[in-house]
Amino acid sequence: MRIKKKIPLIDQHDKFGFWGKKFGGSFIPETLKKPVDDLTKEFQKLRKNKSFLKKRDFYFKNYIGSPTRFIKLEKLSNHLGGAQIWAKVVSDANGGAHKIYNATVHALICKSMGKKYIVGDTGAGYAGKMLSMAAKKFDLKCKIFMGIKDIKRQKPNCDAMRKNGAEIVPVYTGSQTLVDAVSECMRYWVSNCDTTHMCVGSTVGPNIFVKICGWSTAQISRELKKQIKKEFNKFPKKIKLINCVGGGSSAYGFWSEFIDYPKTKIEFIGVEAGGPKYSKLHAAPLSKGAKLGVLHGAASYVCQDNEGQINETESISAGLDYPGVSPLHCFLKDTKRAKYTYATDEEALNAYKLVTKYEKLNPSLEPSHAFAEAIKIAPKLNKDIVVIVNSCGDAKKDRDILRKRLGRII
Amino acid sequence: MINPISIAFKKAKQQSRPALLTYTVAGDNSKKKSLEILKSISNNVDICEIGFPHNTPIADGGQIQTSSNRAIKNGLKINDVFKIVKEFKKKFISKPVILMGYYNMIYQYGENKFLEKCKRSYVNGLIVVDLPWPENKIFSNKCKKKSIAFIQLLSPTTSDERLKKIIKDSHDMIYYISMLSTTGGKLKVSPKKILTNYNKIKKIDPKKNCVIGFGITEKTISALKSADGLVVGSAICKEITRSLKYRQNPVTNVSKIVAKLRNKIS
Repeated sequence: MRIKKKIPLIDQHDKFGFWGKKFGGSFIPETLKKPVDDLTKEFQKLRKNKSFLKKRDFYFKNYIGSPTRFIKLEKLSNHLGGAQIWAKVVSDANGGAHKIYNATVHALICKSMGKKYIVGDTGAGYAGKMLSMAAKKFDLKCKIFMGIKDIKRQKPNCDAMRKNGAEIVPVYTGSQTLVDAVSECMRYWVSNCDTTHMCVGSTVGPNIFVKICGWSTAQISRELKKQIKKEFNKFPKKIKLINCVGGGSSAYGFWSEFIDYPKTKIEFIGVEAGGPKYSKLHAAPLSKGAKLGVLHGAASYVCQDNEGQINETESISAGLDYPGVSPLHCFLKDTKRAKYTYATDEEALNAYKLVTKYEKLNPSLEPSHAFAEAIKIAPKLNKDIVVIVNSCGDAKKDRDILRKRLGRII
Repeated sequence: MINPISIAFKKAKQQSRPALLTYTVAGDNSKKKSLEILKSISNNVDICEIGFPHNTPIADGGQIQTSSNRAIKNGLKINDVFKIVKEFKKKFISKPVILMGYYNMIYQYGENKFLEKCKRSYVNGLIVVDLPWPENKIFSNKCKKKSIAFIQLLSPTTSDERLKKIIKDSHDMIYYISMLSTTGGKLKVSPKKILTNYNKIKKIDPKKNCVIGFGITEKTISALKSADGLVVGSAICKEITRSLKYRQNPVTNVSKIVAKLRNKIS
């Protein structure tokens, strides 16, 4: 298994849609074959179409607000001693998280396919909120599928979705979180694929959805590459890019431009959700060695039992609370290009406390997992080493959890 | 040897009626009860479809999800599914059995081991919901080598060109999904429209037995009886749920419903 150079990772799959011959693919019911094929053709066409690219860039700049900031966390670095810690503040983006890139691109594709309805899944509520924003912007009718447990714990985002005119469809089945929201959204699409476009909220699902999402979030690393060159007179000798991984859309976007660099120069660290400290449940299929399986139309490492039933997951962070992971990250893991670890709920909360104590930054619980790893390793590293964390979401949505766990009002 | 599935269609045809196929979930609402249900409906059913339940089924509606969850909650494992089939076949060896489920469970069990176990439990056919053509080519060939029919699915969204290719690669039986829906949806397309599509499929290869499924209930079944076979699933799962709710015996209730269904097409 090897990564090819000079070809975007999203395009390094075989004719059946598998990366490294085993991750990804399209395990879908026959009914979805045609809509998936149509979408695949449309996307192939659009990504080569100059006026579509112009439109994308226009909205990325004027609607999303690219580029997002790249800042040094001076005080945090000084406090920890060791490596210099930087942040790519992707939460600057309109709506407060990276999910806006994928949502905007899907809305543009939906428009271009002449469909008036768009549906999507959401865990933390950011994918849903952003899709509802994009739907409003582009005049599309929008339905968001969300587990009832997540609806309760991410209320601010639900309020935003409703305000944008989207309908939230509560999902009561299974663990009542993201995994069931994705299933229910796919079922809805099976029944309505003739009139409706589906947006999968991360780099998961059937092959084409992995590609569209990765293509959209890649904007993050395109910006970062320029920003690094601008900030440093000499390109740093060693950079560590740390990102949380749930489905893996922000991590892929944060890394995609740098994949061809040797890992001795630019290292990737993905941080999964380890769940509560003393719980057996987690949402860390890569770092806890889950087996290969098929979930939501794609083969990836999946938290599951011996029989292939999908395990319940547990994490304080709704956005990372998912038993599968992107096939792109499975590929990056097995080719050893990226390494993956996890942070527990408690570690993420402590990281949140420390970051907000020293910096004017308010990372949500998802990137707090990434900060936990940065805080762990930075003191041991030389100060020439540049650690960059993708602060991919804003903590406004987490105010209820943070109040409960830290007794703090944000 | 001719697959018993083909014989079942032949028999039904001799009686000028479509074959009746039922879908029940193994282990719903218990291992014992699901076996009793199979035995009690066997007289009126031509082919038994038995689901091996998965907890993340992306193409099933509420009724089958409920049945599946009940079975999994009761601790049903794949090996229990094989035991149920084997036990059923002890008395009804000529009654064809088709297992239906999602690919991850077969993948975790191991394709070859799964098929070997099917063979030893006298399973006659397999439907894998999320393994479409052409991705299923290798697996369907493996099935053929073990004389297990791999049943290809067709849907209203399947293009004409694709129809031809899939039918060419299919075994004795094919399954037409009546409408854009998960299982158990309300029939939102007219039976006439469904039969038009059905006839298009039959025209491509009249020899292949084609069944229609999704949205078929006591109310809708007779309008479709010109097909080779008709599948009823969610309506049965729903009856099990209803029986449990009212503390009635699901075995007798399901048996009654199946007798009625059979009556409507005879």
